[in-house]
Amino acid sequence: MSANDTAITVSELSKTYRLNVAGAPVNRITDAVINKARHPLRRTRYEYFDAIKDVSFDVPWGEALGIVGRNGAGKSTLLKLLTRITSPTKGSIDLGGRVGSLLEVGTGFHPELTGRENVYLNGALLGMSRKEIRRRFDDIVEFSGVSKFLDTQVKRYSSGMYVRLAFSVAAHLETEILAIDEVLAVGDAEFQAKSLAKMRDVAKDGRTVLYVSHQIQTVTALCTSAIYLDKGRLVYHGSVDGALETYRSSFEKFQIEQSDPTKRSGTGQLRLAGVQVLEPQQAPADEKLIELELPASSHLVGDYFVSCHINDINGSTIVQCDSRAVGAWFSPDRAHRPVLRIDNLWLKPGTYTVDAFVCQAGILDSWEGAAVFEVLPSSPYPELTSEEALSAGIVLSDFHYEVS
Amino acid sequence: MSRTIITPPRGVGLPPWRELWEAREVLWRFGSRDIVLRYRQTAIGVAWVILQPLVSAGIFSIIFGSVAKLPSGGVPYFIFSFAGLLGWNLVNGIVGRSSGSLVANQALVSKVFFPRLLIPLATMLSVLLDFAVAFVLLVILLVVFHINPGWPLLLLPVWMSLAILLAMGVGIAAASLMVKYRDVAYVLPWLMQILLYATPIAYSLSAVPANLLWLFTLNPLTWLMEAFRWSLIGLAAPPLWEIGALVLASVAVFLGGVLVFQKMERTFADVI
Repeated sequence: MSANDTAITVSELSKTYRLNVAGAPVNRITDAVINKARHPLRRTRYEYFDAIKDVSFDVPWGEALGIVGRNGAGKSTLLKLLTRITSPTKGSIDLGGRVGSLLEVGTGFHPELTGRENVYLNGALLGMSRKEIRRRFDDIVEFSGVSKFLDTQVKRYSSGMYVRLAFSVAAHLETEILAIDEVLAVGDAEFQAKSLAKMRDVAKDGRTVLYVSHQIQTVTALCTSAIYLDKGRLVYHGSVDGALETYRSSFEKFQIEQSDPTKRSGTGQLRLAGVQVLEPQQAPADEKLIELELPASSHLVGDYFVSCHINDINGSTIVQCDSRAVGAWFSPDRAHRPVLRIDNLWLKPGTYTVDAFVCQAGILDSWEGAAVFEVLPSSPYPELTSEEALSAGIVLSDFHYEVS
Repeated sequence: MSRTIITPPRGVGLPPWRELWEAREVLWRFGSRDIVLRYRQTAIGVAWVILQPLVSAGIFSIIFGSVAKLPSGGVPYFIFSFAGLLGWNLVNGIVGRSSGSLVANQALVSKVFFPRLLIPLATMLSVLLDFAVAFVLLVILLVVFHINPGWPLLLLPVWMSLAILLAMGVGIAAASLMVKYRDVAYVLPWLMQILLYATPIAYSLSAVPANLLWLFTLNPLTWLMEAFRWSLIGLAAPPLWEIGALVLASVAVFLGGVLVFQKMERTFADVI
C-alpha cells in the first residue's frame, strides 16, 4: 500500500440543490409545457441552495469517522454523496473500495416476505453476492437472535425483532467502507451495546467506518476521528473531542453574542445580569431550577414580570414559564434573585436552551440562549424498553396505567 | 483494489454494464420477490396464472369470433386469440409492471445505492413466469386441436427477446419519467388500452379494411403479433421487411429507453 492509499479522498465536493423560485415545483408535464408556452423566452429562475460546499478531506484505512453537525448542516447529504445515492454538483470523491451503507435500518425489508427471504433480498441490495450471503447467513441469524422466526413473514415480527434482523444483515457486510446513519439508535440497550461492539470490530479489521449521528455519546464511543460540518462547510477535521468541542463552541457563539446586553433587543430599562441553570446536566425527571439575576433599576416605575422559555435543540419552545401566570411580580426598586423551579417536566434526552425575558408593558430585555442545559440520555421509566417506546412525542411524562 | 471515483455526471452515456452484471443478484431477488408476493395470501395461488389468459382469450373469442364473426386464418378462434394474447401480455405486462417500479420502490431509490436500472429490469421475471405458464397451456391446446406450427416454433425465443427489448425500452423510459412526472402513471395504461385494440391481437390483419391497412402495418406491435402467430400457430410468415424493421425498432426503443433512464437517473434521489 502506498502512502497516499486512502480509504476515501474527498476534494472540493459541493452539492447544490436547485429550488424553484416562482411558485410550486413543476411536477406535472402539463405544467411544464404550459409554463414553457406562456413564457417561451424566460428561463426558469431558480434559487440555489448549497447543501455541501467545497468540502475536502481524507480518511485513512481503519478509521471510524464521525460526521457531526447541527440539523441541516449537510451530514446526511454528505453521506448520501459518499454512498452514491445522489451525485455531486462539483468536486470528486475517490473511494478505495466498495461502500456498504446502513442507512436507516429496514429499508429494503418487505413486510410480506419471511425473515429468510428478506435477509437474501437485503443482502443483495446492500451489495453482497449470493455466495457471500450464504456464507454469512448463519452469523447474521445468530447475531439477530430471531432464528426461530426465520420462516415467518416479517410483518408478524415485533418491531424489535425486525430491527435486529435488519441491522444484522447490514452489520455483516464485507465492504471495505461502511456508512452508518443513526442506526445504532435502535433496539434495546443490550442490542445497542452489541451493535456498537460489532461496529468497532469493523474498524479494527482495517476497514473504514463513516458514522452520522445526533447522539454525541455514540460518536464518542465508536469513532476515532470526526469532522464537523456547519451550513455545508467543513469547519473541523480531527479528533472526536475536538469536533465535539467545535460543535459546542459554535453553539456558544450566538450565546456569547447575546450575553452582551447591548446586543440584545428590548427597551433596556432593566436588563438581566445573569441566568443560570443550577444543574446544567440532569436526568429527564429532575426538577429544573433556573436562577435569574435581576438588578435594581431607576428607569422603571411599577412592578415588572419575567418569563422563561425552554427550547429544544431545534428552537421550538417546549414550555413557557411566565411569572404572571403564578402571580410573581418584581419591584424595580431593589435587586432580585428569583429561582424558577419547574417540577414534573420530564424532558427527553438532549440539549435545551433557556430564553429569558423581562417585561412590563413592552419587552425590557430579551435574552435568547441565556442558558443551556443538557438532559442526559437515560430513561426515567422503571422498565427498559426499546427506542420506539420513547421516540414519539416531545416530552416524557410521569404516567402509569391503572390496571383493574 | 479498484478505486471508485465519483464526479458530477456529464453528458448522457450508456449504463455501466459491468456494475449491472455484478449486482445481478438484486435482479434475481427483486424478481423472485415480485413472484412470491403476487401469490402469497391468495386462496387459489398459482391457479390465477392459468385462469387469467384462458378467460381473456375466451372473452375475446366470444366477442370477435362469435359476435363480430371476424376471420382467424383457419385456426379455432380461441387458439387464435390465445396466441395473440400470449405475445401481447408479454409486452403489456413488462410495460405495465416496469413503468411503476421505480416509484413503487422509492424508499430504496432514495436510501440505498445499487444500479437502479435493475428495478425496472427485474419486473420482467414475473412476466416471463406468466408467459411460461400460458405457453404450456397453449402447447396443450395445440396438441388437443392437432395444430402443428412446425419449425418456425424454434424462432419463438427471438420474438420473445424482441418483445422484451421493445417493452423494456418503453417501460424503463416511463419508469424514469414517472419519478418526476406522475402523469405517466395515468397516461400509459390508457395508451396501452388503445394499443390493445389498435393491434391485430384478437383479430387478424385480413379483417382490417384496405384503406386503413397502412396504419396497422406501421405499428411495430403488428409485426410482433404476426411473428408470434407464425411461430405459435403456423399462420403465414410476416414479410421479411417487417422482421428487419422489428429488430431495428426493438433495439432502438430499448437503447432510447436506457438513455432516457440514464439522463433522469442523476436526480432520482432528489426528486422521487
